[in-house]
Amino acid sequence: MVDVSDAKIRELEDRARLLRRHILKMTHQVQSGHPGGSMSACDIVTALYFNVLRVDPENPTWPDRDRFVLSKGHACPVLYAALAERGFFPVRELMTFRRVNSRLQGHPEYGTTPGVENAAGAEGQGLSFGVGLGLAARLDRKAWRVYCLLGDGEQDVGQTWEAALAGGKYHLDNLTAFIDRNGIQQEGRTEEIMPLEPLGDKWKAFGWNVLTINGHDMRQILDAIDEAHAHKGQPSVIIAKTTKGKGVSFMENVVRYHGAATSDEELKRALAELGEVIP
Amino acid sequence: MTSAKIPWKMESQRSSFAKALIELGEKNPNVVVVGADTTESIKTLEFGKKFPDRLFNVGISEQNMISIAAGLAAAGKIAFASTYAVFGVAHTYNVIRQNVAYTKLPVKLFCSHAGITVGQDGATHQLNEDIALMRGVPNMTVLVPADAPQTAKCTHAAVDWPGPVYCRFSRTNFPTVTSVEDPFAIGPSYVMRDGSDVTLAACGIMVSRCLEAAATLEADGISARVINVATVKPLDSATLAKAARETGAIVAAEEHTVVHGLGGAIASAVAQAHPVPMEFVGVQDVFGESGDAFELMEKYGLTASKVVEGARRAMKRRGR
Repeated sequence: MVDVSDAKIRELEDRARLLRRHILKMTHQVQSGHPGGSMSACDIVTALYFNVLRVDPENPTWPDRDRFVLSKGHACPVLYAALAERGFFPVRELMTFRRVNSRLQGHPEYGTTPGVENAAGAEGQGLSFGVGLGLAARLDRKAWRVYCLLGDGEQDVGQTWEAALAGGKYHLDNLTAFIDRNGIQQEGRTEEIMPLEPLGDKWKAFGWNVLTINGHDMRQILDAIDEAHAHKGQPSVIIAKTTKGKGVSFMENVVRYHGAATSDEELKRALAELGEVIP
Repeated sequence: MTSAKIPWKMESQRSSFAKALIELGEKNPNVVVVGADTTESIKTLEFGKKFPDRLFNVGISEQNMISIAAGLAAAGKIAFASTYAVFGVAHTYNVIRQNVAYTKLPVKLFCSHAGITVGQDGATHQLNEDIALMRGVPNMTVLVPADAPQTAKCTHAAVDWPGPVYCRFSRTNFPTVTSVEDPFAIGPSYVMRDGSDVTLAACGIMVSRCLEAAATLEADGISARVINVATVKPLDSATLAKAARETGAIVAAEEHTVVHGLGGAIASAVAQAHPVPMEFVGVQDVFGESGDAFELMEKYGLTASKVVEGARRAMKRRGR
């Protein structure tokens, strides 16, 4: 069990609500983007950026930093929101998302946005990239770690399993993957489009240490990360059971919000549910 | 650049690549190699024997190979990703595009078994479209060495070159037309033989065929300039425009489809600078087949005589 105070957990939960509000505003202002899968991943990303990752916003390319690879690139609103709140760039820049001349591309661009560690958008490439990072850290005998966030839709992609094989082969215990198991992909329920279960058994068979948690329970997230750190000789995958659109009642578990922004009226209601204080 | 004299030695580009990789590995601990179950054939295994912790064989998973190389590069490594061209380029295009070209990471994609000279393995293995694919993607540098010595030079130059590089070479031993003393850098094209009546611009094995063609044309009193375009992208437009102005006709020759390859690159450069009649020697938008590499080159028109015919046609259209 991680030694984290209840006050710290509450602070992280507050932070996650703030990031969810950013996600809704960013996608609303441009009427595009992917709020649903950003909100399902929000608690994991919050835990990483505000309690786990050793990163330095003043020096985003610090060689010894931990790396966060967002494989499900469409969820970049949550990453941008976390980076902005962590100080990598001004929070006001979030409202340039998906607009011409912005550093905040519709899917992450490497080398442009401070703190973004990979390019993603075409699904299923991120875990291999993470394996490459992990191999480099090991080669250099460095202590920095690699975290990779995958969508459950990405479990359809062959390359995800190529990476899983490689992670197993190289016993990459400096690599921790998360699967945002919200059960919904663009066109519907994952179990209808391409059944994935038993998903944990598959990863176990590929040589991974498998942990299954509630991906919206901050303490469970932190405990699982701690357990993954302690586990030697295998990479770990944390299957995080999540809800697409988590945090806003009318968005939760609704396929449409995979790739649809809220209307003006919906935004107001959503922000109120997320505790926005209207001045 | 002086061309070595006929008869040319036939030498392996793969061996030359492998030797250069080991030299680079000794000089630079950040040079790593990712392979995909072809490491013995492409000879990166020799690098692996010397530096066991710096060769990663990821099996038949070329997309994985490319992304892993990109990850290694993002952490400060100079990552060679090497396999056969058809697997390394055609099977992986979107992974190269997103993880390598878009990121500008220093991944050096060095692929053997390009073109029709793969031979007996047939059309599934003969990638005649790789130059087209790789020159179409932004941020990519495309190298096509003429022979074994130039392959070694490309390998060395790629390490010093910032960002992604694609280099294609052959399974088959090629005639050695350059010498180890010849200068080489990424960017310039090299005039192998000067001439004033027509320009023969080629890459890869077709440089040797153009040198042969120039000798044939010379016997007929036609002075042909031969240019070795080892860097297809970025193209040395100045050297080619100068050749267009000074010789008034160009034949482009490549062991690759005539669609979007070296010929296409030269045509668009010349069309803007100084349009002249052009002819294109290459695979004519068809798949290959099994057979001996040099018999296939005959059958698919990758010969000195095709270059000669092209030169005569282009000169005739020019009208002098």
